Amino acid sequence: MTAQAKTGLTVRQRRRIARAIQYLVAIAVLALVAAFADWGRIAESFLRTDIAAAMFPDVWVAFGNTVAYTLLAFVFGMVVGVPVALMRTSTFAPYRWFATGYVEIFRGLPALLVLFLVGFGVPQAFPGIQYPGGVYGQVALGLGLTSSAYIAESVRAGIQAVPRGQVEAARSLGMSHTRTMITVVLPQAIRIVIPPLTNELVLLTKDSSLVFVLGVTSGTMELTRFARSELTSTANATPLLVGGLLYLLLTVPLSTLARRLEDKEGRK
Amino acid sequence: MSEPIVTIRGLHKRFGDNEVLRGIDLDVAEGEVVCVIGPSGSGKSTLLRCVNLLETPTAGTVGAAGHDMTHLDVDLDAARREIGMVFQHFNLFSHLTILDNVAIAQRRVLGRSKNAAYAEARRRLAEVGVEGKEQARPLQLSGGQQQRVAIARALAMGPKLMLFDEPTSALDPELVGEVLSVMKGLASEGMTMLVVTHEMGFAREVADRVVFLDDGAIVEQGPPAQVLTDPKTERAQSFLHRVLHPAG
Repeated sequence: MTAQAKTGLTVRQRRRIARAIQYLVAIAVLALVAAFADWGRIAESFLRTDIAAAMFPDVWVAFGNTVAYTLLAFVFGMVVGVPVALMRTSTFAPYRWFATGYVEIFRGLPALLVLFLVGFGVPQAFPGIQYPGGVYGQVALGLGLTSSAYIAESVRAGIQAVPRGQVEAARSLGMSHTRTMITVVLPQAIRIVIPPLTNELVLLTKDSSLVFVLGVTSGTMELTRFARSELTSTANATPLLVGGLLYLLLTVPLSTLARRLEDKEGRK
Repeated sequence: MSEPIVTIRGLHKRFGDNEVLRGIDLDVAEGEVVCVIGPSGSGKSTLLRCVNLLETPTAGTVGAAGHDMTHLDVDLDAARREIGMVFQHFNLFSHLTILDNVAIAQRRVLGRSKNAAYAEARRRLAEVGVEGKEQARPLQLSGGQQQRVAIARALAMGPKLMLFDEPTSALDPELVGEVLSVMKGLASEGMTMLVVTHEMGFAREVADRVVFLDDGAIVEQGPPAQVLTDPKTERAQSFLHRVLHPAG
């Protein structure tokens, strides 16, 4: 027995009714929120322009640090992640074992725990150790280790997406394994992995907020830590809104770019 | 008589439990054009790929272009420079322009300057009849053009020997001729060629010798007129009958 026979409605009519019910529910929820929310209080908590204005220009230092931490971690992640990806695709088994272990460990641990390890565990185990660049070096390593595992996986997938025939053609022309990788495989793999790497950059931008656990000073504060300290000193939530908007200023263009690149890659 | 360019002795190749080549002996003399024919799965492509060690033989020896390919100390990269290979699916480098496809190995492997490599690339592209497409990408070309570029890419390395692995099997029928005519030209210039093919017309016209492979072994070989027209073995007869009279 068909649905139409059961209800006496066509498929199109049923779909229209379902859609109408969804709109009604959404309007009801919005109406409830509007009726019961204390708009004056919300505005007072989040939209104090005087507090927002007072955050400038200092907030730009924090914004700059967020960008710097993100980029440092990303560069470290690339420098380590690409070789790890090459090792994962190697024909030499010990390389593969090492790379697989590396990826499993740093992808399996919380970024916060790795950051603690780098910030407090390592200095305790190796007294007197100095990270180059101070807190910037710690961040590059602390966030970069986690990031490198994700980057390695993305790049490995990209390398394996390059058709086998490309490698055979290169080898048959007398290119060595390494030369083939550099000249033929990686340039094609990088195109494939640019969208996922852009997404990784978005994730890193947000993860850079974890850096506050390292006990940063006012000069090395990033956005989240800065917004929180303003929150404390002003007893008002407006700094969180400003900080949040500044994050979106970074992440929305990146996500848009990643989506564009994905579409372009998909069309090819 | 000079040394053969290809010397294959007792060649075996096994993939797991599947023995694809069961003891092949084959010589190819300098300037000779040898066509390898046989049913699919007979090991033709594997045989060809064992010549430049894209597949590692399970047993036996292979000599090619003066290199002892199966010797432990062989410099495979140096050997492969002198052995051109053309693939069924062209395998042009998809991220490079046509000109760079033909120039890249000259520059990176032979160490030629950019200008010298480009000049040689243009000359080879003209030779195979693909001109005015230097800046195009491989996928913007027809299959026939791509395969001719692939031939130019191999020739630009100045090989002593050319291997063709079913070079026209992936082409639309109307594009087969342009590739075969480039290969004919190459044969008439005296290039040594080992060609795995289903093109019986090409084998008849161009080959000095036709090798019929079945079930991993050479069943019959000889001049094309003999093997293609008057095969001795029953297996070759039935294969040729099927190929030449597909409807019957």
